[in-house]
Amino acid sequence: MAKIFIYPATSLILTDMVTRFGHTPLSSATAVRERIQTAGLESVPLQITPEEPKKGLRWAAVEVPSGVRGRMALYGPMIEDCEAAIIINDADLAFGCMGCARTNELIKFLIRQKEIPKLDLDYPKNEAEGLTFVAAIKRFLSELEGKK
Amino acid sequence: MTDYTPEHVGTVTKYVVVESFTVTPADLAVRAYEISRGVMIKETCFGLVIMGKEKEVDLIITEVRKMDPDHIFVKDRAFPPGDSRRCRATLGGARPGFHGIEYEMTILPYISHALETLGTRDAGSVPAPHSAREKPKLDVYTLKKLIDAQEP
Repeated sequence: MAKIFIYPATSLILTDMVTRFGHTPLSSATAVRERIQTAGLESVPLQITPEEPKKGLRWAAVEVPSGVRGRMALYGPMIEDCEAAIIINDADLAFGCMGCARTNELIKFLIRQKEIPKLDLDYPKNEAEGLTFVAAIKRFLSELEGKK
Repeated sequence: MTDYTPEHVGTVTKYVVVESFTVTPADLAVRAYEISRGVMIKETCFGLVIMGKEKEVDLIITEVRKMDPDHIFVKDRAFPPGDSRRCRATLGGARPGFHGIEYEMTILPYISHALETLGTRDAGSVPAPHSAREKPKLDVYTLKKLIDAQEP
């Protein structure tokens, strides 16, 4: 069972596919859950405290805005942990403010730098594309089992 | 800053999304209630939100999935059901994260169809998708989007 980083990290489809085919998805829900279930200082809504931008320095330089570094404190450990990644490139749903946009770029950059198996996909727009989409994920994940 | 004392420590929350012709969220809720023991289950318009100990939640999901395996999808959620930091009853407007599920719900029929097909067909016999990083200059779907965006 490999740890698979998924992008967008909130994707229902990717979370389900990875779990269905027997692996562990690394999604933002688990990272946020870890924070909201840990006692500390109140910092609503996501319990991102002033400590997080400091932790984010591991993945982003000090001149990078604190919003990006704070977000990287969530995603950085997952990128380091992951053994493979599935990226959907036309994920308009990952929209947000400039902090989200720049973090998304940095996440994709870090994933592409890492020497792990990666699968690049687009969302399917019809049934035929849906079949190639799911088959590609299934093949990719079953090949990971062979490599381990 | 004040101290923060977390609630529901050690629990997991999961969304169960159903996109089926034969199973409704109400059917899922009834089945989940039948086998739940101290697990919080909330019925929503798209399926269920289940919160509890990981083992119990996974057991319920395994059982519920059997009702229509190719049309029921599961995703993690960080916050427990009805949490005031996320629930739209207190925030107003769409819940953060709603737009993601709303968009992916439109794609789920294609995924379900693919899962049904792959039940009888080997994934190796399906051709690989076009490289997602090589973008065509203008595809028909983008053109349609542009046409629809035109004001009369």
